[in-house]
Amino acid sequence: MSAKPKLYYFDGRGKMESIRWLLAAAGVEFEEEFLETRDQYEKLLQGGSLLFQQVPMVEIDGMKMVQTRAILSYIAAKYNLYGKDLKERALIDMYVEGTNDLMGFILMFPFLSAEDKEKQRAFIVQKATSRYFPVYEKVLKDHGQDFLVGNNFSWADVHLLEAILMVEEKKSDVLSGFPQLQAFKARISSIPAIKKFLQPGSQRKPVPDDKYVETVRRVLRMYYDVKAN
Amino acid sequence: MAAGDCTAIAEILRNQARGTMSGKPKLHYFNGRGRMEPIRWLLAAAGVEFEESYLEKKEDLTKLRKDGSLLFQQVPMVEIDGMKLVQTRAILNYIATKYNLYGKDLKERALIDMYVEGLFDLNELLMMHVYLPADQQDQNFANMMDKAENRYFPVFEKVLKDHGKDFLVGNQLSKADVQLLEVILMVEEDKPDILAKFPLLQSFKARISNIPTIKKFLQPGSQRKPPTRPEEVPDVMKIFDP
Repeated sequence: MSAKPKLYYFDGRGKMESIRWLLAAAGVEFEEEFLETRDQYEKLLQGGSLLFQQVPMVEIDGMKMVQTRAILSYIAAKYNLYGKDLKERALIDMYVEGTNDLMGFILMFPFLSAEDKEKQRAFIVQKATSRYFPVYEKVLKDHGQDFLVGNNFSWADVHLLEAILMVEEKKSDVLSGFPQLQAFKARISSIPAIKKFLQPGSQRKPVPDDKYVETVRRVLRMYYDVKAN
Repeated sequence: MAAGDCTAIAEILRNQARGTMSGKPKLHYFNGRGRMEPIRWLLAAAGVEFEESYLEKKEDLTKLRKDGSLLFQQVPMVEIDGMKLVQTRAILNYIATKYNLYGKDLKERALIDMYVEGLFDLNELLMMHVYLPADQQDQNFANMMDKAENRYFPVFEKVLKDHGKDFLVGNQLSKADVQLLEVILMVEEDKPDILAKFPLLQSFKARISNIPTIKKFLQPGSQRKPPTRPEEVPDVMKIFDP
């Protein structure tokens, strides 16, 4: 009996979005339970479902997994998206940690004041175009292959596509200096499982709005101010 | 994209073919704990000798960047097995797998990852404490201690209690045990009685500290670093400030 993985999070991107992407890329159907009230969260806490009292939490293969990276590593390994050996895993880990740092700057974006949002937008674009995108552009240019690592589709490719699309939402022409990444984006987007995830009606979540911010603050009682980088 | 970036990144890929003179892993960081300390711990626990190259001023970081040694322009960086690895977790995962400190299967890896990620969150609070402005330190200190005592340590106390074994996962030493010991000792530096309510963590601490490689690392003269003192902070900031 193999039940579908079940995701526990808010109805929005946050830290769960990378997990949705990876499951979708692996062609794995999943269910979601959205936290809308404080009560739901407290029930999860009291039930002992959240190891460190936090979400994301994913029920998968009899485990209640927490910690985004732990969940992503598990999915990547299980569905053969983690390279074929230790050295490929090291490259994938490095690349994913880089894209994760970049997406981290975007994660807090909805929680910022209007003024800080403008500052942060510039910061995100600057880091993307000077620190992160050039690395992946060069990796693709140098080996001339379709995928970042080992000539095989991996977690690194999924994560990079997710990051590219998120930065484009902040500046639509951000890939203009990066022809390899433009081709990469087109290529990875047309992989059937990903193409499906990119279509309306999928479980991909939209850009976070004020309602999302309000829900997170209410459920977590997270009322402090979030500062820009 | 600037021409300099192309050159730098080309260098990275060329440098990956070269190794260190001694064949030992070589760590590039400032002479302090920061984000490199878990890596020192893990190498030490695995019984792996390593060399260190310390950044002392901004020019040292600039040079590493210009050489193309830092994939994302950041340290930690570890030269190991012909690679210049960056990103703390990528480095730790590589070392853990290579030296058999990552469990025996996917499910053990999942547990180890969950535990280590939780400990990393606590470690983040500890690590950044000394770099915070003075007016935020009291609140951060209270938060650190509260999280240690109410969120993290109870989890590991319960894990040990429930299975009654010596190690956190799979009845063998893993990076989760090493990371937990590291964090326990760091919290104790700030609050010596933090383990008062956690008898199993007390015996865990004694037990893991006695493992020969770890015992050696805990002795004076090892490559373990002391906590960064407030008066050292300006010099560290100078290396990393843009």
